[in-house]
Amino acid sequence: MLVLLIVLPLALAALSLVIPAYQGRSWILPVGGGLHLALTLAVLTGHVAPSGLSWIAADALGRLVLLAVSLLFFLCALYAVPYLRFHREDRGNRIIVPCLLVFLSAMTLATLARHLGLLWLGVETTTVSSAPLIYYNRNRLSIEATWKYLLICSVGIALAMLGILFVAYSALHGGAPVSLQLDDLLREAPYCSRPWLHAGFVFLLVGFGTKMGLAPLHTWKPDAYGEAPALVGALLAGGLTSVAFLGILRGVQIMGAAGDLAVARQALLAMGLLSLLLAAVSVIRQPDVKRLLAYSSVENMGILAVGVGIGGVAAFGAMFHLLNNALTKGGLFLSVGNIQRAYSSKHISEVRGALSRVPVSAALFLAGFLAISGSPPFGPFLSEFTIVRGTFLAGHYVVGAVFLLLLVTVFIGMGGTVLPMTQGEPSAELADSGYRDTLLPVLPPLLLLGCVLLLGLYLPPKLRDLFHRAADLVEVAR
Amino acid sequence: MLEVNNILLLLVILINFFTLGSARLGACIRAVALQGAILSLLPLTVHGLNAHSLVLSGGAFVLKGVFIPWLLFRAIREVRIRREVEPRIGFVPTMILGALTTAGSFIFAGYLPLATEHQGTLFIPTALATLFTGFLLLITRRKAITQVLGYLMLENGIFVFAVLLSTAMPLMVEAGVLLDLMVAIFVMGIVLNQINREFATLNTERLSALKE
Repeated sequence: MLVLLIVLPLALAALSLVIPAYQGRSWILPVGGGLHLALTLAVLTGHVAPSGLSWIAADALGRLVLLAVSLLFFLCALYAVPYLRFHREDRGNRIIVPCLLVFLSAMTLATLARHLGLLWLGVETTTVSSAPLIYYNRNRLSIEATWKYLLICSVGIALAMLGILFVAYSALHGGAPVSLQLDDLLREAPYCSRPWLHAGFVFLLVGFGTKMGLAPLHTWKPDAYGEAPALVGALLAGGLTSVAFLGILRGVQIMGAAGDLAVARQALLAMGLLSLLLAAVSVIRQPDVKRLLAYSSVENMGILAVGVGIGGVAAFGAMFHLLNNALTKGGLFLSVGNIQRAYSSKHISEVRGALSRVPVSAALFLAGFLAISGSPPFGPFLSEFTIVRGTFLAGHYVVGAVFLLLLVTVFIGMGGTVLPMTQGEPSAELADSGYRDTLLPVLPPLLLLGCVLLLGLYLPPKLRDLFHRAADLVEVAR
Repeated sequence: MLEVNNILLLLVILINFFTLGSARLGACIRAVALQGAILSLLPLTVHGLNAHSLVLSGGAFVLKGVFIPWLLFRAIREVRIRREVEPRIGFVPTMILGALTTAGSFIFAGYLPLATEHQGTLFIPTALATLFTGFLLLITRRKAITQVLGYLMLENGIFVFAVLLSTAMPLMVEAGVLLDLMVAIFVMGIVLNQINREFATLNTERLSALKE
């Protein structure tokens, strides 16, 4: 049954290649996303038997990322139907639909992989299947973004492969037969060769960190998010980054099993703080709203890295934040997509007073901005607060202070762009595409932000338990 | 078998230098193809004749030695370019940089503890040197197609290291890795074509509209 999660989107992708009806092809996306989500929920509630294969299994970390990816994909797929209808004449959906489904399958494979080779395969496949998605708009800017994304991420992922091989080689020293099976590596880790393991972890961090967009490896991110369609941006910022983070966490797990957790944490902490700093500098006076969201994504990746880098309570906060970030980023990108369509622009000089032109989308965008910058009562407030609390509890006072300062800077910086865009009156000389809010494009961001609000008000015990078990996996093995 | 391995690996390093010094794209593609073909012999010389290494060898040969070079040749025929003009750093300086990184790889590899069966082989330094050469190509050249070649070289370097561990990889995963490499190059080829159509050039400095 577990394998079905991976195979189902692939089968639907093949089906979408042969369906002649345009709308039929579009509707495959929400149908596939819905089935995937139903299966995911069945896995999470324990109604699905283990696969029987040693390569495919769902541990707490995998389940958490799977939940984020699956929920986000389903709502983005709903959004895709009217979006693709709008672009029927000029761009079509013959390529984007199968690519989206392969993308989903690859992300699922990465979350369920217990074999590092398989994990790598999943993440690499996301790169090649998402490149056509970024190029959907077919202009000079999007091709530049696609080329940078493809080249930088391919090289990054190649380095992650080298890291995986180094880790495997380190285990060879313990006298064990070579294996890339995660469980074998965790068992053999205490006897492995340290220089190889450390070198391997660094390559893993650099490789998957490129894909995740941690500074200073984030350079492709603003370009790709800026030029990709909104729903692709949502999937990249919410889904793909979480999957790449999972890749890094697998490395942290092995380092933890080897008793070298401190080294891994220091590296994560350094990159996390650097990401926060870079995001804080870049969001100030950022005129392009999608690039703004990209830097906000760099910031949130930094928060995740800091959370795991501190460990303990903060690691729990990071797991919570992973889900919050995925859902909030999804809501933000989708509502920005609506605003962009109403103004035919995503530049601050050409977007004013969105609240009076597309009131629901603009209100959602505003709510998403408040949520992602950590305002109560949304979920990210709780998760970021937990991380800060964990930081001070662990005695890292300077880190905690810097962390808070950078969060505030990002909040002010983002506000400087978001508030003028939504408030005020749209003047007559601004372009007006005639697009207004309708139900289907507004519903997915509404649901996403509704979930984020709910997470802030009430955290179901089952979910709390999942976060706890996921955070335990990146702690010292007991 | 040790001797054969080392001769093959030395050839790989020589090809690294040839590629760094050559301005003609056709020659560079041929060199990388030859490198891929040489690498594809390694599973056989390391692990002997068995089904696993035969399939791996065959797959790598077809892909790295034949199919990808063919794709790249088709690409340069379509866009009618022959030479890498004006690299960011000249050919001689990149050769010197290449020599330095190769020397560095040998020194660095000396510090890493090797399993007894791999001592006295050139696998680790060759893997690192090829990796760095790929990086150099990626950084110093302007033509998008040379950057693809750089990426391929980087992958070749990793392949050298992977051969040591190929018993750890189930065949299915290996096949997937090779297939992914092929699709990646294929997608890059399509993007190259689109770049050429939009900009009428393959010089990547034209790809500079997106910045702060």
